[in-house]
Amino acid sequence: MFNLRLDNVSLGYGKRIVLHNVTLEAKPGEMLGIIGPNGSGKSTLIRGITRLIQPSCGKIFLDGSDISGINRQKLAQLVAVVPQNPTLPAPFTALEVVLMGRTPHLGLLRYEGKKDLAIVKGVMEATQTLAFAERRVGELSGGERQRLTIARALAQEPKIILMDEPTANLDINYQIETLGLARQLCLKQKLIVVVTLHDLNLASQYCDRLVLLSDGKIYCQGIPETVINAQTIKDVYGAEVYVYPHPVNKLPATLVVSDKDKSLFEK
Amino acid sequence: MALESFKDIAIPETTTIYPIQWRSRIYAIVGLALLLGITIIVTLGIGSTDIPFSTLFHILLAKLPLIHIEPTWTINTETIILDIRLPRLLLAGLVGAALAVAGTTYQGLFRNPLADPYLIGVAQGAALGAIIGFMLPVSWQLGSIPLLAFVGAVSAAAMVYFIARVGKTLPMTTLILAGVAIGAFLAAITSYLMFASGDKLHGIISWLLGSFSLTSWWQVAMVTPYILVGTVIIWLYARPLNVMQLDEEQAQQLGINVEQVKLILLGAATLITAAAVCFCGIIGFVGIIITHAVRLVWGPEHRFLLPLVTLAGAIFLILADTAARTMLAPTEVPIGVITAFFGAPFFLYLLRQKKRAIF
Repeated sequence: MFNLRLDNVSLGYGKRIVLHNVTLEAKPGEMLGIIGPNGSGKSTLIRGITRLIQPSCGKIFLDGSDISGINRQKLAQLVAVVPQNPTLPAPFTALEVVLMGRTPHLGLLRYEGKKDLAIVKGVMEATQTLAFAERRVGELSGGERQRLTIARALAQEPKIILMDEPTANLDINYQIETLGLARQLCLKQKLIVVVTLHDLNLASQYCDRLVLLSDGKIYCQGIPETVINAQTIKDVYGAEVYVYPHPVNKLPATLVVSDKDKSLFEK
Repeated sequence: MALESFKDIAIPETTTIYPIQWRSRIYAIVGLALLLGITIIVTLGIGSTDIPFSTLFHILLAKLPLIHIEPTWTINTETIILDIRLPRLLLAGLVGAALAVAGTTYQGLFRNPLADPYLIGVAQGAALGAIIGFMLPVSWQLGSIPLLAFVGAVSAAAMVYFIARVGKTLPMTTLILAGVAIGAFLAAITSYLMFASGDKLHGIISWLLGSFSLTSWWQVAMVTPYILVGTVIIWLYARPLNVMQLDEEQAQQLGINVEQVKLILLGAATLITAAAVCFCGIIGFVGIIITHAVRLVWGPEHRFLLPLVTLAGAIFLILADTAARTMLAPTEVPIGVITAFFGAPFFLYLLRQKKRAIF
């Protein structure tokens, strides 16, 4: 079975190590959430899995083979990224940007064929971006651009999708739609989805398993119920929160209490 | 959000999404190719001796194999057409195409609308080489000026490249800064040599402003292979160049070997720029404005942009050179003056017409 495995991996830039000795595994059909404070190494993890930076120790395995031995084009057929706030060239049309997702499957001389266009149409329908296919990227809103990069990642037909803060620019409706889509991809297409999130409630509701990063190390990992509680959040984020079971599905829900009502909270 | 299994979508539906813009861009390529042909034939007839179209046509036809036409023209007319105007016009076309393609490539690589073919020291290197050539005894000058200009251009770019390289990567900002610094350094030497050149100054300035006078077939033959090979290589890398408009990190995550693409494209663009400037001097403006004009009209997708700028660059410089040799005949106007004087207003007109993001 195709899987993603990080074996005691340390990642960094030059001599500065950002992530220390990370060991984790993700299986098809599983949505893995990476949570942790700003600067805890979430984006670095994604850079490592796409081989933009080399591990200073440890190995990353895709389907049992070390990614340092896979060429870039082949890797892009397996792993797609939805970057956080990506630069998209303003004068290109939305369709042209999604078509770029077919790059790993096309040689230097091949133009996009009917199959590529069919795939692109499918993913643009699924991400509700087809309506503005002919519009220029520069004219699109932040949410529309975000969905466009998701469409581009899907067009790569990857086995793994890495999403870096996919909900950061979206209103609550599209947050739900985006993570819902990610979940469906997991279940129906048997993809591995790794998603970094700031929103602990979304993480708890949508992810099968969570990895909580703290200062470049894994603080704990497991199902949401074990990872998210008032104590772990206080230890890692330094924030006082109130965690209680979600009224619908009993998953941990995190509530914030403002300073003026702290006294009520203490009771 | 309904998710169909998009891996097995029926193909006929795709006609609705087929990028319609592609078709109009293909028409544009065909149209510009025809326009280039017309430009060549019309401008061949224009000059100090106007040659009627019928005579021109017969002279050209007679040169084709298996066609025999009784000459009704003087040998003089034939020489003017075939040995003076035609090679000059072809060189102008080749140089225009090369500069436009190189400019588009640099702008794409640097993701900067101000990039031009001379950004990484090529022009300053060529100028220094050429001026050293001018300093040589007159009898050595004919072949050595272009050769030294070519060598100067390529070595300046190579120097910039090796200075800017950090380990296995080539940061583009460092490359631009190194290019500006090396360019300034070479320009300092060039300025001093010009200052000290005495009676050779006029020749040097003419070269720097660019000119196609005295073009003959051997120059066309020398330049063609470089420009042809370089341009074809760049055309082949049009899709990676598109993807690199995202940014280097995204391009890598889409499977592009970014460092390799940068090296190949910089090499090819530098080579064709060096070949373009070595005979006719530093012709400005073509490399930066043609790209923007074409991008304004037909969009940024490099697989269409590159062929379109190749044709547009050739047409533009052929027309500019025709103006250069006829406007104040028998005196020639430097072509660099013409390109900017007529090109800039045209570009400003386009810029006002289409007020939208072009880069």
